[in-house]
Amino acid sequence: MTPPAGITRATLVKDMRLEWRSKDAINSMLFFSLLVVVVFSFSFDPSAEESRQIAGGLIWVAFLFAAVVALNQTWAREIRNQVLDAYRVSPAPANSLFLAKTLGNFIFVSVLEALMTPLFIAFYRLRSLGPMWQLLLVAVLGTWALVVNGTFFAAMSLRTRSREIMLPLLLFPISIPAILAMVQSTTAILNGEGAHFWIVLLATYDLVFTTVCLRLFETVLNAE
Amino acid sequence: MKRAFPILGVLTAILLSYALYQALVAAPTEQTMGDVQRIFYYHVPSAWTAFILFFVNFGASVFYLIKRNAAADIVALVSAEVGVVFCTVVLVTGPIWARPVWGIWWTWDMRLTSTLVLWLIYVSYLFLRRFSSSGQTPILAAALSVLGALCVPFVYLSIRFFRTQHPQPVIGGGGSIDPRMLHVLLVNWLAFSCFAFLVCWSRYRLESLQRDVDQAHALESLLDPRGSLR
Repeated sequence: MTPPAGITRATLVKDMRLEWRSKDAINSMLFFSLLVVVVFSFSFDPSAEESRQIAGGLIWVAFLFAAVVALNQTWAREIRNQVLDAYRVSPAPANSLFLAKTLGNFIFVSVLEALMTPLFIAFYRLRSLGPMWQLLLVAVLGTWALVVNGTFFAAMSLRTRSREIMLPLLLFPISIPAILAMVQSTTAILNGEGAHFWIVLLATYDLVFTTVCLRLFETVLNAE
Repeated sequence: MKRAFPILGVLTAILLSYALYQALVAAPTEQTMGDVQRIFYYHVPSAWTAFILFFVNFGASVFYLIKRNAAADIVALVSAEVGVVFCTVVLVTGPIWARPVWGIWWTWDMRLTSTLVLWLIYVSYLFLRRFSSSGQTPILAAALSVLGALCVPFVYLSIRFFRTQHPQPVIGGGGSIDPRMLHVLLVNWLAFSCFAFLVCWSRYRLESLQRDVDQAHALESLLDPRGSLR
């Protein structure tokens, strides 16, 4: 029998290959966040000092909305041809699948962030006053928080009517503390202030929600 | 059990009218705020009742996840529904009081924001219950309820970093209160809790009847000889 890590790797590689060939998720996310950036720039005049105060919120709102686009597609392709049902009756552990999907989404959103950040810096004339490695840490922890809950709730909303609307309705309220921590820490670091409290909060949030999602995923996957 | 329901109904009605009299007439008028302060007797008991109901929802959901007990699922559903109603009362009475006292309808202060977030979480819970197909609803909803309850400490911690404008909690906080006012507050809380329990109970009966009816319909269509011929 294939070990759990092998199943995770196989699923992840399969998803990556599918995405590499179609580029559906990454293209729609990129275009969507570009639209958010442009629309926001009309709502205020992006001067250097002002934009530093609101950039944290703006960046994360763009990434959050774009992530929902990718998360909605996560499970949709497993519904076609009853792949998910096949997975359910197979002896493969459910958490391997969950981890593969979460890692896949994490990679998608990270790529999006890597491509969009230079654009943000150029459009809003950003220059960080705080250390760069902290921003990177916040980006990793924040993305994980969005993606782990997002993958879980996407699996949940799969079973509902109008599932594409359902995902943000479930994801956003639960993610509010994480979003607050991401936005506050990003703004604090950009302004050269300490963000330790927010980073620790975000790390704890990640730890707690990853554990609980892993505990509950099998139940949700097999809910009939 | 069935006879207890009307008795509790009458008791609740008496208690509610006594509490109304106490809050509007018997309670002393607050020195600086005047009569506006009397909304406090609805605001605070509603908040306590809502928090208790959300806690019941969490307990029932965990119980359901472990035991798969249908009654626990109905309790979870009912407590979330009634809890959202009481939480809405809190969110509506708060601004009515805040406008004359603070001069603003709303402020993004810790307690206001966290109550609003709590309300959002449980509204999303009710959305999930409404939108998912019936067989899976209990499990999905129970999982969401556990995640939502885990979210609450994070909400409080993160929002504590915002400036607090809300008055200190009356019980177990730094605030002080006239003993007569405290008496009225507790009477109101008792009345509201009884009322909430009564509503939950009747909603519970309605929901279990509804499920019995659905089950009977499903069974009937299975046993119907004409159904099998088609």
